[in-house]
Order: sequence, then C-alpha cells, then structure tokens
Amino acid sequence: MDSIRSPRKDDEPVAVRQPLTDTPQRRAMLGKLKRRPSVKASLIALLVITLTGLCLPFLAQQDPYDLTAFSVMDNRLPPMSESFDGMVFWLGTDGQGRDMLSAILYGMRISLLVGLVSTALALIIGVSVGLVAAVLGGRIEAMLMRLVDFVLGFPSILVALVLLAMIGRGVDKVILAIVMVQWANYARIMRSSALSERRKEYVEAAHNLGFGTGRVMFRHIMPNSLSAVLVLATVQIASAITLEATLSFLGVGVPVTEPSLGLLVANGFDYLMSGAYWISFYPGIALLILIFSLNLVGDRLRTALDPKRS
Amino acid sequence: MLLYTLQRLLQSVAVLFAVSIAVFLAVYSVGNPVDLLINPEATQAERAAMISKMGLDRPVWAQYLTFLGNALQGDMGVSFVHGIPALELIFSRMPATFELVVLALLLASVVGIPIGLWVGLRDGSRGARAVMTGSILGYSIPSFWKGMVLILVFAVWLNWLPASGRGDTVSLLGVPFSFLTLDGLSHLAMPVINLAIPNLALMIRLTAAGASEAVHQDYVLFARAKGVRSKRIVRRHILRNILIPIITVLGVEFGALIAFSTITETVFAWPGMGKLLITSIYQLDRPVVVAYVMLITFIFVVVNLLVDFAYAALDPRVKLVESM
Repeated sequence: MDSIRSPRKDDEPVAVRQPLTDTPQRRAMLGKLKRRPSVKASLIALLVITLTGLCLPFLAQQDPYDLTAFSVMDNRLPPMSESFDGMVFWLGTDGQGRDMLSAILYGMRISLLVGLVSTALALIIGVSVGLVAAVLGGRIEAMLMRLVDFVLGFPSILVALVLLAMIGRGVDKVILAIVMVQWANYARIMRSSALSERRKEYVEAAHNLGFGTGRVMFRHIMPNSLSAVLVLATVQIASAITLEATLSFLGVGVPVTEPSLGLLVANGFDYLMSGAYWISFYPGIALLILIFSLNLVGDRLRTALDPKRS
Repeated sequence: MLLYTLQRLLQSVAVLFAVSIAVFLAVYSVGNPVDLLINPEATQAERAAMISKMGLDRPVWAQYLTFLGNALQGDMGVSFVHGIPALELIFSRMPATFELVVLALLLASVVGIPIGLWVGLRDGSRGARAVMTGSILGYSIPSFWKGMVLILVFAVWLNWLPASGRGDTVSLLGVPFSFLTLDGLSHLAMPVINLAIPNLALMIRLTAAGASEAVHQDYVLFARAKGVRSKRIVRRHILRNILIPIITVLGVEFGALIAFSTITETVFAWPGMGKLLITSIYQLDRPVVVAYVMLITFIFVVVNLLVDFAYAALDPRVKLVESM
C-alpha cells in the first residue's frame, strides 16, 4: 500500500476480484468518480503537469542546462527576488544561480518520463509473463510464479539500490532498475485475473472455434483482464516516480546533468542548514503533488471498481 | 506440518544461495577497487602485494567459491576501507538501525490501530473519509524530503531538536542504545517519526479495511443480538479477528523498514546499517555491500518463515500443506 513497497502477500488483490466488463453501471460509476472534487483536482493537476512537460521550452523562463543562461552572481536568492537584469525568480535560485522554477519544470519532465516509460515497460513484461503463466499452467507457471514471489520478497528500494550501485547512474539505467522491481506486480495480478477469465464460457467458445492459444490469449483473455492491471498501473507510476526520486537523492539515480526532482532536493540539502530552504523545498512540493494526485486517483479508481462495493 | 517445514526451509536455503551468486556477480563488476583503494603513488610492487592480499587477482569463480566457503563460516571478508571484518562492522551498526525500526513500528501500531478502528467503525462518515485521504498523503510524501522538512522546521527554524547523529547512548548488555537518555530521545524523535509515517498510514488503512469488513460479519451481528456491549464486541470480536493480517504485515514490514531506514539514516546522519551501505556503495567497499545484502536477505528469509508459521498458528483455517 505504501507507494514503493508491496506488503500484500496474498495472491489476489483486494482491488478487483473479477474484472468488470464495460457495462452502463460501470460507465456511470466512472462518470460519478470524475465529478468528485478530490479526483477532479488530482486529474487537473496531472493534466497541468503533463502539459507543462510537453511544451516546456516555451514556458520556462530559463534553460537550466545552459550554463550561460544564469549567473553565479544570482546564487541562493530567496523566492520572489529579482536578478541582475530584472528577471523575477518566483521560487528563488540554487547554489549556482539557476532559476528554481525552471529547474523544477525541467526536473518534473524527467521524473514524469522515467515514471511513464518504466511503468509501460514493466506493464508489458509483467502482463506477458502473467498471461503466459495463467494460460500455459503447469511447470512453467510454477517456475514463473516462484520468480515473481522471489522478486516481490525484497523491498524495491534495496534491489534497485544494489542494482544501480553495480551498473552506475543514468536515466536508462534507472528505468531498467525500476522495471526489474515492478514487472512482478503486474505478473501476479495479470495471472490471477486471467485465471478467473479462463474459466469463462467465451474462452471455451473461442477454443472450440479453433482459435490458437496465442490468439485466445491476447485477443480474448487479455483485454478482459486488463482493468485490474490498469488500476495497478496508476499507483505504480507514482511508485516508480518515488523510487526514481529516492534513488537520485541517494546519489545512484539520474546523472547530475539531467537533474530530476529527487536530485534537485538532494542538491538543496547542503544549503538547508543555512536557511536556504527553497532549493529543496519547492522541488519536493512538485514531487508530492505529482505522487499524491496519482495515488489519490488510483485509490478512488480501485474503490469504485471494487465489485464488493457495488 | 513437518513436511511443510522442511520444504520451506529448503526453499529458504535455495533463496540464500541464489542471492549469494547474484550479489557476488553484481558487486564484482562495480568499478575497480584496486584503483580506488591503493594509494596512486604506491609502487608497482606495493600494488601487486595489495592485490594478492585481497585476492583480487584470481578468477571470479575462484573468488566466489572462497567467498561462499568463508561466508558459511561467518567470514564475509574484511572491509577495504575500515580494515575490520565486514560482518563485524555491520553488526556494530545494527543496534542503531534496530532501535529506529522497532520504535517506528511501535509508534505506527500504537497510533495507527486505534485510528484505523475508529475509521473502520465509522465507515463512510466525513471524518473517516478525511483520515483515509490523509493516509494517502501519508504514504505519498517522499521519505527523504519529509525528513528534510522535519529538519528545516524542528532543527533550523524552531531549534528544538538536533538534526543529526545519535546523541548520548547508554550501554544495555554491552550494546549502546539511545532511547534511555533524554539527549538520545531528542535525537531519535525525528528519524523515528519520519520512518513511521508511511507505516502509520499503512496500519490505519489495514485496520480500517479489516474493521469495516468485520462489522457486517455474522459473528458481530450475533454478538450484538446476544446483547454484548459495543466496547466488548470491538475488543473481543472485531479486533481479535483483524489482528491476524496486522501481525503478518508487521512482520513483513519489519524487514522492509530495515531496508527503508537507509533513506532516513542518510537524511539524519544516523549511524546505522543503512548509512553504512550507502557510504560503502560510494567507496566501492565491496565486502561490506555483499555482507549487507546477504545479511538482509537472511533476515528477510527468517522473517518470512516466522510470519508464515505465526500465520498458521494464529489462524486455524490456514492449511500449511502446499503443493510445489
């Protein structure tokens, strides 16, 4: 339940005992969900963050990677102060005189990118493994699920930390580490929800029509078991972003040339004691808004889709 | 029961073995400790002597076999940086981490279970919903940033609590602990709170989910129909039934918190195992990293075993026999 760990040991998540089909009731439920103020606020926040990331170069008043764009003369200015040439630093500047707001916008883009890419990759791998395990069964299933148990048996932060200590820093390497610890979550959920789908009549019908295993797997079982996986994915994006930020904070994540929000917080740590709190405070707020919105939407979605509630 | 126990033990040994290979290979490829640890001004002969003393000149598999043989005898190698046995070094930092983890778990359950019960019994009320949303916030705040905000508020602005270190310790059976001195407690306060908050959120959610489900169970309705007072129903019937998953999670979380305390220890410069791990990774102190991972794997395997057995002991419905 915590964003970066998965203490739940039992096979089936409380979340979705059986995948829901696209019924009018469910549409109504999702429609009602979208109107709830907390969900609305979170969705708007996520939309704004994504759009900001997309059209960043037009929005940021300074390129934080361009060393000629800022001056050390402006270092550690508190929020709302003005630069030498009249630019306003809404959120202050860091130790090198970089505009914090611009750095945060760029950092947010990296955090979001890492979160989305690693979640997508982990989802594809996990769903395939879970599906194969559920459909083929037998020894292969037992083996794959042992592996899943093994991976989930360790806290993600520890596995990722040791892995990155070995392969070094880098955006691609962080993504690899996150995929390594997250795919198993999808595999587990996909398997249990595919298992319950497999017993249904339409699957039997498809088999009887002579469709091959592959076709039944990907065209019939998978689409019908995806809703549980997608609810999980919402929360997993948040957990991927948290993991990336934490690893970067600990100094094994993204390289200093591409500072994500976690690295920005780490950079500000040294100035904290001297009272220059804004260097690490505001990147953390941005991180928090991102993670909290995702977790909130994920939680509401899970409750709304929980068949026990309806 | 005996068969199951044997099967689980065998599995645990297999896990330890697999991890030992994976970790050894993984850590083997971290940089080149030769360049890092030997004085650049050393002569060629001095370098060669150092390399053969550390065994760095032998093939990987030979290094692994030596490592495995030594590990089975409790020898995980000598720290490159500190010059003392890696395991001994980690053990010397262990009490600090355990102190943090145990207090955080205690705080999380003592505060979290009552709040969770309150929420679960008032499922759907405005207050209950607010607590549940608050708990999402609780596990959403990145731990490292939360620690920094705590330092900013309580150490820098208010100047109430010290920002780093362990403070005065008292030796208890030869092991130093902070929680027995006032100074130690003031050093403990922020790290413990920081580590406990996500767990507190977890405890609240877990207890609330269990309680709100239990209220509608037949045994509660029956007790109520029998005229048992509400307080007694909660204490004797509801709490007792939802305690099983809570204890399971507490066990699992104990292991997880040891790993997670790495972050808290780094922020608060708490001299525990986690901080040691991070420093060792920076310094490419291979034996310490390997020893840490092996030790924590061992702790995890043991905790998982104990949790499974405790689960079986607490819940008579759980059958222990499982087909491989």
